[in-house]
Amino acid sequence: MNFNFNASELLFALPELFLLSAIAIILLFDLFISDRLKHITYYLSQLALLLTGFSVFNLIGESAIIFSGTFVLDTLGSTFKVFILGFAIIALAYTRHYLKVHDLLRNEYFILAMMSILGMLIMVSGHSLLTLYLGLEIMSLSLYALIATARDRTAAIEAALKYFVLGAIASGLLLYGMSMIYGISGSLNIAQISNFASAATLGSQQTLILNFGLVFLVIGVAFKLGAVPFHMWVPDVYQGSPTSVTMFLSSVPKIAAVAILIRLLIDGLGSLQHYWSDLFMILAILSIAIGSLVALNQTNIKRMLAYSTISHIGFVLLGFVTGVVDGYGAAVFYVLTYILMSLAAFGVIIALNKNGFEADQIADFQGLSKSSPWLALIMLVVMLSMAGVPPFIGFYSKLFILQQVVAEGYVILAVLAVIFAVISAYYYLQIIKTMYFSDKDKSIVIYAPLDMKILLSINGILILLVGLMPSFWMELSVSLF
Amino acid sequence: MDSLLSILIWLPILGAGSVLLIGNNRSEIARWVSVGISVLVFALSINLYLDFDTSTASMQFVEKVSWISQFNIFYHLGLDGISMPLIILTTFSTIIVIIAGWEVIKNRVADYMAAFLMMEGIIIGVFSAMDSMLYYVFWEASLIPMLLIIGIWGGQNRVYASIKFFLYTFLGSVFMLVSLIYMYNLSGSFAISEMYALPLSMVQQSWIFWAFFLAFAVKVPMFPVHTWLPDAHVQAPTGGSVILAAIMLKMGGYGFFRFSLPITPDASSSFATVVIVLSLIAIVYIGFVALVQKDMKKLIAYSSISHMGFVTLGVFAIFSIMKMDPNGELVSIAGASIESAYLGLEGAMIQMISHGFISAAMFLVVGVLYDRLHSRDITTYGGVINSMPKFTGFAVLFAMANAGLPGTSGFVGEFMVILGALQANFWYAFLAAMTLIIGAAYTLWMVKRVFWGTITNPEVSKLSDVNAREFGILSILAIAILWMGLYPQPVIEVMHASIVNLLEQSLTTKLPVLL
Repeated sequence: MNFNFNASELLFALPELFLLSAIAIILLFDLFISDRLKHITYYLSQLALLLTGFSVFNLIGESAIIFSGTFVLDTLGSTFKVFILGFAIIALAYTRHYLKVHDLLRNEYFILAMMSILGMLIMVSGHSLLTLYLGLEIMSLSLYALIATARDRTAAIEAALKYFVLGAIASGLLLYGMSMIYGISGSLNIAQISNFASAATLGSQQTLILNFGLVFLVIGVAFKLGAVPFHMWVPDVYQGSPTSVTMFLSSVPKIAAVAILIRLLIDGLGSLQHYWSDLFMILAILSIAIGSLVALNQTNIKRMLAYSTISHIGFVLLGFVTGVVDGYGAAVFYVLTYILMSLAAFGVIIALNKNGFEADQIADFQGLSKSSPWLALIMLVVMLSMAGVPPFIGFYSKLFILQQVVAEGYVILAVLAVIFAVISAYYYLQIIKTMYFSDKDKSIVIYAPLDMKILLSINGILILLVGLMPSFWMELSVSLF
Repeated sequence: MDSLLSILIWLPILGAGSVLLIGNNRSEIARWVSVGISVLVFALSINLYLDFDTSTASMQFVEKVSWISQFNIFYHLGLDGISMPLIILTTFSTIIVIIAGWEVIKNRVADYMAAFLMMEGIIIGVFSAMDSMLYYVFWEASLIPMLLIIGIWGGQNRVYASIKFFLYTFLGSVFMLVSLIYMYNLSGSFAISEMYALPLSMVQQSWIFWAFFLAFAVKVPMFPVHTWLPDAHVQAPTGGSVILAAIMLKMGGYGFFRFSLPITPDASSSFATVVIVLSLIAIVYIGFVALVQKDMKKLIAYSSISHMGFVTLGVFAIFSIMKMDPNGELVSIAGASIESAYLGLEGAMIQMISHGFISAAMFLVVGVLYDRLHSRDITTYGGVINSMPKFTGFAVLFAMANAGLPGTSGFVGEFMVILGALQANFWYAFLAAMTLIIGAAYTLWMVKRVFWGTITNPEVSKLSDVNAREFGILSILAIAILWMGLYPQPVIEVMHASIVNLLEQSLTTKLPVLL
């Protein structure tokens, strides 16, 4: 392998480089300022993310493969990065309130979060097995540490450990798969792997090893996504982590995981699509089924949302089952809308937190419609949207996926998916029931700051507005491929 | 006005938003604003009737704007003689409901009014959507306000009822969604008219038919998927029951007219007997179930199911009356005239509208009693006429209409359907006509136990008669019922061209004809 370095190539990785430098500078800065001014770190972090976002935005439309073919810049990547950064900014804004009321406001938090975002950006742009793996590990290690920031909470430590151990296994499996692919194709480069895998002269022995590698790759990514049967860590980690981390976990890393899926399986092993799409079919249906059924009797809302995430991931994978560009676009659309909903859901949960009180039981929502009708309305919209009831975006993302699934002839799959969607509607209704139909009024007083309320309102209104005009976003998602 | 339908949809929805903003603390203003909006919408909807061209079956008041271009989905509205009466029924019922909830609803008044206004806009959307995805969005969205109406303002067991209602109807409709998507993949368009033109094999038609059937049968509701209805009705506040019975059930009947018959004519024809048997079970068996009810609301709920059986009976009886010969000529089976096929379909329509009035009236009657004694139990009452003579007058009139007394709207629809069914099969008509006995039995027996006789409960003697507001809405309904009963001609005229067209479509096979 030849490494040629050309300084002008650095320009294409500007966002990553900028973010990395910003992290380093903010980290140092934070060490030297007085305690009184510590809150500046938060604003600096947000500024850094915003500026990174702008620099990514400028690169949209550019496409290049740089650093000796290890790093790719294309519209898909840049768009994903814009969304990662945008959602991350919202997530961190919600986070601040949570950290304050739980006395966790230490600035490592934001730095670790930025670090994991850096990892995601690298994942999105990975064009070599190595880059992808590096990005994944940067992201994951920062996430493990993020969970453990609540170091005096047993549950958080347990979650961090669980996530770490299982994450390490997943990484191991992924790496194992990668090593097989590398071994048989002789290259780490995605484009070269793709050439190798689609070559007509492939012997049966080579195909077998390639398929083995593929299975391990799929398992590794399924672990990261939390698809059944590799989902066991999801509920525990979601429940045990501080809610702000849960929110973060359930949002932006999903984009990165979809990106790695696209890079590895569509860009790299697209010629084996008929193999992995069968694997995905099983993963998808199991995820939708288990996610919908097990969520039914949860009393902890974070745990319930964890299972709901699993079922949403199932829908995303259904988009990949189709094996056509529109199906992939539908999957991307689904992920983006899911994150928008997930952020709002956790945002409302965080808004209910107050000093030392963690609002993570469904029962904590009792009578919310009376004490805070606006927040309750946002939560109502989010829950109905997640259940797939029109006119909210959740419906259109399901419609988009189902349309592709039916178009490719998997009508039974679509029917199963909608049946489980109805079952899952039951637990979303439970939240609505608790907020609206309950006589008991806990009179929760909301102490969330104004900026958070405004952001939540925008988030909730977007769920309705994008639902009324989904055309643009659908087009965008499909145009990425 | 070019955008009259849009105004009718969005005025109440935006109005609901403004009522929400007024807030529960200023309930008096919220009430007046709501009633103002609903009256305005009703007045505007009258224009639909006045400007309606009865000579054509094509869509009128059409609006078409591209909405989701990827899927060829349009914001496409329009109406014909089948949807227009239902839209006016909707705007009419909304006024009734809002006035009926005037003093009865004490908590969260603004939210209550807003929910009904939102409901009104959404349901007008259902009846006027010409694009099946737009239709589906409105159709599903209508569950949300109803869920909240039952769940927030309902009775003791409201949570169970509201969630059961939601899940039942949601489950019914998702299969419709899958078949809509399936047809989109065949035709490349979600336009309902494109689906009419779509050639479908018998196997495809059968699957699509049953998927649609599930969605519509749950809404109507037909036996055996009716079990959500008594729960929902009993727990819902009076206004909720009225809207549920008067309008939401009609969405199911409308679905049969708009989707099942024209899109899957051959499957409809071959499964017609199954549907008719289910309808007859609903009419007879559910009628008997109504007979043993102790709860007045439950009794009316079951009577609703029984009466809605006439709608599906009338619709599906046409296949045993007429058929299309290979030359495209309508020929009758067993010497029936084409008029009896029209009678079936038009009778079904009239029955839907009349049921809208009568069930609204009956639920209001129970509501009035419930407001005073907080009981729906028949045994609580007895001799109500002694303390509430004016009210009893209305109640007896509505009960007579419910039993199908000639001169009331209840008679016209049932009579038309029975006449139509008689041409199809004697036993259909015979069993359907049983309702004249069973219906009279349960209704009149309830009237006897509640209104006549001596007062056994001392509370009853202290009841105050209807106030001006109640008197007003009951009289409006009484007039509507009598008018429909004595002079249904204007309504039939409005729908006739569309019905002729529908009958032709339903009898034209989509299968290649083997000669």
